[in-house]
Amino acid sequence: MKVSADDVKYIAQLSRLTVPETEMEKFTEQFNQILNYADILQKIDTAGIEPTAHVLPVSNVLREDVAKEGVTHEEALSNAPAVHNGGFKVPRVIE
Amino acid sequence: MELYKLTAHELHEKLVNKEVSSVELTNALYERIDAVEDKVNAYVTLDKENALAQAAKVDAKIAAGEEIAPLAGVPGAIKDNISTKGLRTTCSSKMLSNLIPIYDAHVIKNLRADETIFLGKTNMDEFAMGSTTESSFFGATHNPWNLDRVPGGSSGGSAAAIAAGEAIWTLGSDTGGSIRQPASFNGCVGIKPTYGRVSRYGCVAFASSLDQIGPITKDVTDAALVLNTICGKDEHDSTSLDVEVPDFTKALVADVKGLRIGLPKEYFGEGLDPKVKAEIEKAVKQYEAMGAEIVEVSLPHTEYAVITYYIIAPAEASANLARFDGVRYGYRNTSATSAPEMTTLSRTEGFGAEVKRRIMLGTYVLSSGYYDAYYKKAMQVRTLIRKDFEEAFKQCDVLLTPTSPVVAYPIDGKMDPLSIYLLDVTTIPVNMAGLPGISVPCGFADGMPVGMQLIGKPLDEATILRAAYTFEQANEYHKVFAPLGGNK
Repeated sequence: MKVSADDVKYIAQLSRLTVPETEMEKFTEQFNQILNYADILQKIDTAGIEPTAHVLPVSNVLREDVAKEGVTHEEALSNAPAVHNGGFKVPRVIE
Repeated sequence: MELYKLTAHELHEKLVNKEVSSVELTNALYERIDAVEDKVNAYVTLDKENALAQAAKVDAKIAAGEEIAPLAGVPGAIKDNISTKGLRTTCSSKMLSNLIPIYDAHVIKNLRADETIFLGKTNMDEFAMGSTTESSFFGATHNPWNLDRVPGGSSGGSAAAIAAGEAIWTLGSDTGGSIRQPASFNGCVGIKPTYGRVSRYGCVAFASSLDQIGPITKDVTDAALVLNTICGKDEHDSTSLDVEVPDFTKALVADVKGLRIGLPKEYFGEGLDPKVKAEIEKAVKQYEAMGAEIVEVSLPHTEYAVITYYIIAPAEASANLARFDGVRYGYRNTSATSAPEMTTLSRTEGFGAEVKRRIMLGTYVLSSGYYDAYYKKAMQVRTLIRKDFEEAFKQCDVLLTPTSPVVAYPIDGKMDPLSIYLLDVTTIPVNMAGLPGISVPCGFADGMPVGMQLIGKPLDEATILRAAYTFEQANEYHKVFAPLGGNK
């Protein structure tokens, strides 16, 4: 087993998610199934192979630094779950 | 006349010749949707009022004798992960079930400029993560060829809408096969363009180095017409390529004489349904008889493509989906007493199981101690997969494979995630290498459509379109209409 239920809990925490206790066993099992399958990659010698993060020979795409119209204040807030004084309202952040 | 059975290019002629108005046509499509949608569930949202208003505008233009674009007045539908200003865009997720976008995707701007009609937004696997459209928050889509079977995914709604006559053309998105596999399962044509051909601006990001928008249509000609409209450089997507966009309809020539078609042997091995294989082999013989040269080639790293994908795509997804924090838009849990708890609960309640699984898998492979073993290794193997294609294309002009090793399977949720992942072995490598790929109908197995995939060199959509068109014109598969059978 590559990851335990405790590991899954920790990964969930890093992901800002929780896995319900009732689903933990099945979730851990499926997680391990996928990670075990990933072992086949160890068959390949990749020493010295450049990683591909992106297929295009494109980097640092720049444009003239010209101000353009952005979204309006009303548009930016139009999908907000809660608004207060023209800003996004959230529950308490610090004690 | 059943207008919903016609193609976009046929309907363009009828609109221009004033045999039918766009308002009549649009109404005919909504009548068809009313008649079959409760069986298929291809749509998340319909937009009848705006669609009819747009149709009336096009009719006025035609009446005034003005020229119209090929897709003007022709009703289509948009996958629900493509941003449409003012029209709900959900990614088939509870997380975005009330989101009204404040801007249009680049492809939508182009389509609006051509005065086309948007009937609505089509169903999909949640956040495009899946191959069955079962993970939608709005319920599964059913395959019009047999309602007890999946339509494929993740663009299952777009493909099922075409097969059921609920749209004339649609857009999908393809990260690991999400246009081509559902096109194949529903007897449609679907193209994933070369990575960079189409701007991803406004397509809700899943795996940014793999995602590409493309058409799902009834025939190859319509696919070329949609491509003509959506391709091109966009300053809002730095990965959209500043290259000339050819008129893709010029590629629609029925001639494959001398075309070298490569058959990658790894795609014809274990796991391929013998009935699917038989249809593909028939197509190969046809190409040969039409003057193409058939070459066997090898893509030796094929067996590693699926797991490489299921490391890279979740890694990118875990970063992309971090934006859903319940603060600025999207679902929010209202019982939390602190901001961090609000984010965790909103994400836990707003995302479905598969999305959570992939975010966590991505988080894991990027985490300290596992990055090199999984993520870096996968990126290195991606290089090897790309090189396989470069070598193969020294011997041939296009590659021909099954689009999926199987036909559409029953909707019963019996398969475990890994078994479903493994079925994407024929489509995933194309995304990994950023190549263009098309799926065209090439026969039937057990009464379900079989799709043939043609893969091209980078930016060489023209050659796969020509090869696909030549095959299509020599056959009648694209003219068979889905029976809406089965007992959903």
